[in-house]
Amino acid sequence: MPDKMGDKTRLEEAHSHKVSWNQAEALQIIAQYASLKGGLMEALHGLQYFFGYIPAESYALLAAGFNLSEAEVYGVKSFYHDFTAAPKGRHVIQVCQAEACQSRGSRALTRHVQNQLGITLGQTSPDGHFTLEAVYCLGNCAVSPNITFDGRLHGRVSADHMDHLLKKVAL
Amino acid sequence: MTNLVTLYVPLESTALSLGADELVLALMEEAASRGHDIEIIRNGSWGMGWLEPLVEVATKRGRVAYGNVSPSDAAGLFDAGFLAGGDHALCQGLTTEIPYLKNQDRLTFARCGLIDALSLHDYQANGGFVGLDVALKMTAQQIVDQVTQSGLRGRGGAAFPTGIKWNTVLKASSDQKYICCNADEGDSGTFADRILMEGDPYSLIEGMIIAGLAVGANEGYIYLRSEYPLCKEILGEALINARHQGWLGKDIRGSGRDFDIEIRMGAGSYVCGEETAMLESLEGKRGMVRAKPPLPAIEGLFGKPTVVNNVLSLASVPIIMARGAEYYQNFGMGRSRGTIAFQLAGNITRGGLVEKAFGVSLRELIENYGGGTLSDLPLKAVQVGGPLGAYLSEDDLDLPMDYEAFSEAGAVLGHGGIVVFDHTVDMAEQAKFAFEFCAIESCGKCTPCRIGSVRGAELMGKIQAGEKRAENLNLMKDLCELMEAGSLCAMGGMTPIPVLSALRHWPEDFKTE
Repeated sequence: MPDKMGDKTRLEEAHSHKVSWNQAEALQIIAQYASLKGGLMEALHGLQYFFGYIPAESYALLAAGFNLSEAEVYGVKSFYHDFTAAPKGRHVIQVCQAEACQSRGSRALTRHVQNQLGITLGQTSPDGHFTLEAVYCLGNCAVSPNITFDGRLHGRVSADHMDHLLKKVAL
Repeated sequence: MTNLVTLYVPLESTALSLGADELVLALMEEAASRGHDIEIIRNGSWGMGWLEPLVEVATKRGRVAYGNVSPSDAAGLFDAGFLAGGDHALCQGLTTEIPYLKNQDRLTFARCGLIDALSLHDYQANGGFVGLDVALKMTAQQIVDQVTQSGLRGRGGAAFPTGIKWNTVLKASSDQKYICCNADEGDSGTFADRILMEGDPYSLIEGMIIAGLAVGANEGYIYLRSEYPLCKEILGEALINARHQGWLGKDIRGSGRDFDIEIRMGAGSYVCGEETAMLESLEGKRGMVRAKPPLPAIEGLFGKPTVVNNVLSLASVPIIMARGAEYYQNFGMGRSRGTIAFQLAGNITRGGLVEKAFGVSLRELIENYGGGTLSDLPLKAVQVGGPLGAYLSEDDLDLPMDYEAFSEAGAVLGHGGIVVFDHTVDMAEQAKFAFEFCAIESCGKCTPCRIGSVRGAELMGKIQAGEKRAENLNLMKDLCELMEAGSLCAMGGMTPIPVLSALRHWPEDFKTE
């Protein structure tokens, strides 16, 4: 898919300076968890939270900190949806794609937000303003369909409600 | 003399997702502008998701509930004298008299909604730590025997007898044992673990301590999914409070026994809800499923004997210890003893949590509690037990909610999640989704799941497009047989269940002409 590749390159350029690599900070995050049993997951969460992604520069530091190979570190990082290789947009929207939300129109809601933003699930808009993600169950299934908008959970989300949220952070 | 009125507004994800915080601000502003003195307690949720945000007012008659309250309703509520329980279009009467709640069998969720989740005082004033006190006076074997006699089975879905699992860990000799709570509630249509952790976290902590006493473990982990950030905050604070009061850590309440708990976060992987994948993830590795044997009870976390239990299995233990095995055992039917927290989800009028003894029918839950479809269109399909559970039709609604009855019907009771679909659902699309979800979430260790899920989704695409329909349907059935027999865990092994049940009940949806 050459067009997707093109988007991705533009995205990385747009965000390459969002939170610049900071080795001292990364080492400090890793040191907090290095002696914790099974602490690699926590260290990855810490890095993802601080940088907004897992910078490739951190693999060698994680490997040294946890006495693993870089390949093992990459293996763990790449297994989990939460750990991303590239920064996300300024605003992150997750739309639940699981069954309970499907039964209340999440497929139509997904199409709606994709049309509004001009991107599909898993993409970031070329201007870096929005990232749209799929999520599989937010545990709010009594009041579906559900989304998170910049980390905040919203239930019973209609297309109008979505537009209202988008408008609040429009450029 | 000031006339302080106490209100309750849940600090719980569903209520917050529908504007509970904004509502609290609106109520406080309105009260201030009218010179009323109010305090707002942030309780857990009663589980009536359809009424959230639910505001309760403490009156002489009891707590009066107002449902679906939005900030713009604040002025009207004050006008209607709601601080004295006054009548209003949103008034639901006394909370405890709401039929949805009144007719439940609240054992595990007895305190959810009633109390301020983080108040140890409230917890103890409502029966908290009674079970632990009992357990502290017993031998390990006596605790295990109580749990075995209660008939409690794993509430995470697999329904393995909890007491037997504990006994295996108790009998295993090791310098170190662990209690791992599986709080990776990833099945669509389930939210009971979350409601409990947000609304009554000490009951989980108490259950884990008792499990530790029962098997000789002094360390516990809660593996919590990252989609539940509020649970992390509430549980984290609860652990700190419990430690301060001597309920956790060294020498619990002067008993000479030690136990402490750490929270570890998942990272968006569904398969990590499978117990061995969860253990790998807790060890800081890829969440790859382990072959069994060895069972986690023998070689679990870091290779040590480990109890792996779901949130609700553990949180049900305190009441079993407090009231006795027989009390708990007296609820339920057949080999399904006690209560289970059903979760009404999807296209349903009154979605929420219903804790009932086993044996209630699916119809009673969906029609009497749930009030039928929200869209008012005829019901078409009900998926019970999460994404790996069967799709049931209208004809199956009289099935009793019982592990064995569901197995016999080729279905899965699982964690008790019930997702309702109206007649607009395309079951071929749902079958395709089951494969797609498996492809996205497969850990990749075994071929039937890793490759089979991708092939299954492709086949469904062809079937939907009308391409060699009969041949491809047969191929898909073969593939399902292979996945069922050859997969390492339930992810690949049970994905055929929703697929084949959809095909069995609604073959017309798989035709394209």
